[in-house]
This record gives sequence, structure tokens and C-alpha cells, in this order.
Amino acid sequence: MGTIDANRPLIAILDYGIGNLHSAHKGFEHAGADARLTSDRGLIAEADAVVLPGVGAFGPCVDALRDSGLDEVALERIDAGVPFFAICIGQQLLFAGSEESPGHPGLGVFDRMVREIPDTVKRPQMQWNIAHRTTEHPMFDGLPAEPWVYFVHSYSCDTGPDVVATCDYGDTLVAAVARDNVWACQFHPEKSGRTGLQILGNFVTAALTENSST
Amino acid sequence: MTIRAIRVIPCLDVDEGRVVKGVNFVDIRDAGDPVELAARYDEQGADELVFLDITASSDKRETTVEMARAVAEQVFIPFTIGGGIRTVDDTRRLLMAGADKVSVNTAAVKRPELVAEISREFGAQCCVVAIDARRSDDAKSGFEVYTHGGRVRTGIDAVVWAKEVARLGAGEILLTSMDRDGTKDGFDLPLTSTVSDAVSVPVIASGGVGTLDHLVDGVIDGHADAVLAASIFHFGEHTVAEAKERMLAAGVTVRPPE
Repeated sequence: MGTIDANRPLIAILDYGIGNLHSAHKGFEHAGADARLTSDRGLIAEADAVVLPGVGAFGPCVDALRDSGLDEVALERIDAGVPFFAICIGQQLLFAGSEESPGHPGLGVFDRMVREIPDTVKRPQMQWNIAHRTTEHPMFDGLPAEPWVYFVHSYSCDTGPDVVATCDYGDTLVAAVARDNVWACQFHPEKSGRTGLQILGNFVTAALTENSST
Repeated sequence: MTIRAIRVIPCLDVDEGRVVKGVNFVDIRDAGDPVELAARYDEQGADELVFLDITASSDKRETTVEMARAVAEQVFIPFTIGGGIRTVDDTRRLLMAGADKVSVNTAAVKRPELVAEISREFGAQCCVVAIDARRSDDAKSGFEVYTHGGRVRTGIDAVVWAKEVARLGAGEILLTSMDRDGTKDGFDLPLTSTVSDAVSVPVIASGGVGTLDHLVDGVIDGHADAVLAASIFHFGEHTVAEAKERMLAAGVTVRPPE
């Protein structure tokens, strides 16, 4: 189902009662989307693309997502091939689980764990850092070779074949992963200035492309 | 391998939702408009912003929430709001309006559990504890915590307090030398390095910046993870971009100005 304005894809930002979603919402609007904070299954099903945000600790986030029932909605949309973007803890929620919250399994879209950043560096990593691209991906279209983005995290996803960017902090950490219609990043594009808005815009473009091809 | 990029953070004082203390950019339409000033600092390459709310009347605090909402709609870099935050509810209102972090100070000294409550509810990443310290022979580390803008002694050792708030769940510490604040003599480097070395969370150095070299000193000798300044940026003496160029030239890693 399309949107009224063909140039402004409808992006459903999953609102499962956690944290500050205002910035993500405004960021996607700024990047050209008709972005809605929502837990409405009908609206999510209609949306051209879905965003899974997250802030805080893994356990409370995954519990809130499950309690809202939006975990199943997210998985269903991913399976349906809808462009899907998971941000920060949202990325971690797509993994199998986290050392931060044992006994609180993640969604397992990526069958790996989230682990604590080595204690040789200050935690959280709370700074801008370079996202080193490990492969070409539309997430980074239109950006310089070494874009700076804003990170806030104490835990980091295990590496794997789907990694598209890394950052150096105590170790080589996963900055972003992508597989088929799923994009995910550890950093906060909605807090990464013009670079971040370009990344959000790239996702809006992906949502538009998908929308026009269906 | 680690990139440790030092954040440069302009600090703006706001009263009833308006920026005060004579910010003086050339060409500024409205020197009191927090959105316009935040956008200006974003363009210059500021890594984050801190708004210090000095609104005296608590029934005017809603203006600060409105300001957070307005800033978050236009400016896409992280920002912190400090001043007058006493409860989890105060914190929730500001975060839901779009602030990324809140900074607590006096209220945390009065009731340290507030730090744990904010951290548990919203995550350590949004919980900044501001520590105002002065030199004191009575404190073991040589530095004592003050509250109420540096007027009230607490008898608490600044290093002991820094460790305690980190344990309680502070995501970072905003450390201000009340001896140096407003002097333009540079950061209190022994204070900064002593606290920064004692805790595992990032420390923002504050108080006393008068030159760009003071920012460099805060990192190299003070071991700060971020540097905060007000007047050198506000009065047009230097841009954030100039600060970063000086830091880069001195071998300090920063996100380069675009």
C-alpha cells in the first residue's frame, strides 16, 4: 500500500514505550519521510519502511518490545522484505542476546551476541568516531570515505559477514550491519549532524525505491 | 586500536527558555534564541551542547521543556540540559521533549539515589552528574564538592563523590572548578586529571577556559574526555572550528570541522 505523497514514504518508528524517540522522529521527517511514532499494527503494516529505535539497557528494551507485541510485528515486517532500520539498542535487539542482560533473549535476526566493550577504554564510548566502511552499502551513499558519527554504548555486537562498518574503540567494534532489507547501526544517525541526516535520507531513498518497485 | 576523539562542547545559560549572558555572534538575528545559537554551533563543528537552566522560578520550568523540544526539531547533535532537575519526572519531561541527557548536581548530592533512579529508568548514557569542586585542605584529594553554584560546602571529597556517582550509574561527569570558573586562567588541571584518572566514565572539563591552548591543556595534562567552554565561543573570540584546528595541531584527536 502506497502513501499519499509518492515522494514522502511512510516510515513507522516503533513506539514500544521506551526512551526518547523525538529526535529519531524529527530526523526522519527532516530527511524527507512521513515519519510516525506508532504502535498501531495497521499503520505499521501499511508503512513503506519500519524503524526500530532503542535507548538505555538491553533487558528493559527487549522486555518492553515483547510486552508490546511489536517484536512479532518487527519480525513479520523483516520477513516481508520491508526496508527496516534498527538504531543503537535497536540494532542490539536484533541479535541473539546481550551480556548486559542475561536471560533476556533478543530477536535473533542476527545469530550472534552483544558483548561488553573491553575495560581498557572508558565506557560508555560516548563520542564521535569514524565509521570505517568494510564494504559498499547504500547506507553510506553521498558521504566522505571516513564519516564521523556519534556513538553512545557500553556493549557492542559480535562481528560477522553482514558487517558494513566498524569503529575503533578498545577493539574493532561493529558500527553497522546490513542484510537484504535490514539495516542496523550502533551509532545514532539522528544525532550525527549532517552526516547522520544523510544516512537517514539514504534509508528514506531505499524506502522510496522499494515502494515504487512494489 | 582506539580512536579517542575529544568532544568540544559550548555551554549556554538559559533563563525561561532564552539564552542569556550576552552571546554575541555577528549577524545573529536573535541572540537569545536557543535554536538559532545551537544551529550556529552545530555549523561550527560543536560535538555536543550543554544548556544550563538558570530559571529561578520553578513554575517557569516548563519553558525549558519547550526549549528542548524546539532545539531537538532543528538541531541534530546531542544536547544536555542541566539545572533544577530534582526528580525522575523532571528528567522524563526533558528527555521526552528531545534532550539527550540531563545533568544533575545539587539534587544528587542531597539524594544520591536520584542518580541510580535516572540511570535505571533511562540508561546511564543520559545521566550526567555535574560536580562543582573547590580546592580544600580538608578533603583528602585536595578537592571538595560544593553546591548551589559554588556557594555551599558539602564536606564531601570530590574524588570520592566522582567514584560514587559512577558506581550509582552516571554515564559521565561534568567537572567544574569553581576556583577557576570565570577567571579565564585555564582549567584546574590537577583537579581534572585526578578525577578523570579515578573513574571509568568520561569526564568533561569545565571552568576557566580563556584561550584555545587551555582546551589542549585540559586534554593533555587534565586527561579530560571532553572540554566545555562558554565565553570564548559566545563573545566571538573564537569559533569551535578554530578550537578544533588548534587541538588537531597540538596532536589531540577531534572530529574535524567539516
